[in-house]
Amino acid sequence: MSAEYAIELRNVIFTYNKSLPSATRALDDVSLTVKSGGITGLIGHTGSGKSTLVQLLNGLLKPDSGTVLLDGIDIWAEPKKIREVRFKAGLVMQYPEYQLFAETVTEDIAFGPKNMGLSGEELEKRVREAASFSGLGEDLLEKSPFDLSGGQKRRVALAGVIAMNPKILILDEPAAGLDPAGRRDILGGIKRFSRESGTTVLIVSHSMEDMAMYCDDVIVMAHAKILMHRPTAEVFSRADELSAVGLDVPLITRVAAALQRNGVDIGLDVYTVDYAVGKLKERLAEKP
Amino acid sequence: MKSDIIFGQYVEGDSLIHRLDPRIKIVAAFLYIVVIFLAKSATAFLLLTLSAVFFVLLTRIPPRMILRAMKPLVFIIVFTAVINLFFMTGEHLLFQFGFVKIYREGIVNAFLIVLRILLLIVATSVFLTYTTTPIALTDALEQLLSPLKRLHVPVHEFSMMMTIALRFIPTLIDETQKIINAQTARGADFTSGGLIRRGKALIPILIPLFISAFRRADELATAMECRCYTGGEGRTRMNTLKSEPEDWAFLCSIVVLGAAVVLLNRLFPLVTITM
Repeated sequence: MSAEYAIELRNVIFTYNKSLPSATRALDDVSLTVKSGGITGLIGHTGSGKSTLVQLLNGLLKPDSGTVLLDGIDIWAEPKKIREVRFKAGLVMQYPEYQLFAETVTEDIAFGPKNMGLSGEELEKRVREAASFSGLGEDLLEKSPFDLSGGQKRRVALAGVIAMNPKILILDEPAAGLDPAGRRDILGGIKRFSRESGTTVLIVSHSMEDMAMYCDDVIVMAHAKILMHRPTAEVFSRADELSAVGLDVPLITRVAAALQRNGVDIGLDVYTVDYAVGKLKERLAEKP
Repeated sequence: MKSDIIFGQYVEGDSLIHRLDPRIKIVAAFLYIVVIFLAKSATAFLLLTLSAVFFVLLTRIPPRMILRAMKPLVFIIVFTAVINLFFMTGEHLLFQFGFVKIYREGIVNAFLIVLRILLLIVATSVFLTYTTTPIALTDALEQLLSPLKRLHVPVHEFSMMMTIALRFIPTLIDETQKIINAQTARGADFTSGGLIRRGKALIPILIPLFISAFRRADELATAMECRCYTGGEGRTRMNTLKSEPEDWAFLCSIVVLGAAVVLLNRLFPLVTITM
């Protein structure tokens, strides 16, 4: 069954330590819709509720009130089937390399699909495909995950979730702590996976550059609420609102703003270097 | 789950008890425990209960919080009470169903022993864990035990190990929760199946947890070495412990309490505990 929205939140409220004096509201009446397919970015400063939101999506946390719908189905309609929700919405946690445990990379990737009840050829096929999307070479598959480098471990963890063939892939800071090449590899692999399989992807990140490069839409969270949810270009053209909640815009957007102030207007919806270069070339061509 | 009050956790505050010298608190807690075991008569227990209530009020920690922390110990308390109730024999048989005989002594004993356990918990938590940071506690312990250094007991090393162990409990709890979440997200199931299956289900949690504990230990060791840590020899402290007159006054009050308990045992032995 396919519904209009892959992800839908209706008036979701979530509070940590509900019964204690230290109770903090992590999500305050949040409503949200994400269309099927494509990559959506989720940004917000530390403590704005991003991680809580992603854990609500696959049922690790249960909202105090409000509903979470995946493909139009309330995930808590049948609490006993919450495991199926977890297969449907694959979550890659922050620093997922610390969750590896099996003797070989293959076995670790197979953990999720095995829990789904898969075996034999189907299982092998899933593992191979997932490894290839995450950029793991065949030579690594039989190694122990603990002999790999940090970036490779991260990819094994990513493959472990991709192998469950989720309809929605949620990633919490997938590129944190990686070098630029590592970031490109892992985010590029995610983009390729999203495009080829039609999976809806939600990426939590702090890096505006990454958001600008890979996301179609961006959700901005602040103080347990959603501040805006717009196409990427539009979000970054509202630099003032972003900086008011402690966020930044990509460097190139700031360059464009500075250019505009100095009389060279190429617009404020500039968020990738390539686009800016193209715009500037156009302007140079105009003036012989 | 981090800020759930668990039995034995420090609760920040600035009360009289919080400010006492931790060495005095350790000695006082020890003395108080001795006093609790000295109490035999109901009157002595009454006095001790009042004193415990008084100490709890002094800490300014909400009593509700202290009660909640006792929840995990309910089983032990009930178990002890039941054992005493059913298996204690005496002279005054109250009633009998088949082979179960309940004596008046049994009821009295069950009641007083439960009271004794509660007092022990309150005393140790109010004097030590609730009002003293783990660091202050291990520091104080190190100084109290320092005479043992003459016998070549590595007191400093033990206390450093304890400090580190205590310091990492919350970190590891956090870490465990994260790993459980991660594996749950991959469809791990910890709640169904028999004993063996459940045991096996723990492997994906235990292995990453151990690895991360070893990694942290390694990193900590490097960090300590980088700061030239070589052990207790010649090491000075940032906070030297000092006992003020009120510390000694507090200690004296516990001694007086002990004397009062002994007197009450002698003078008003209304009903007494036989254990």
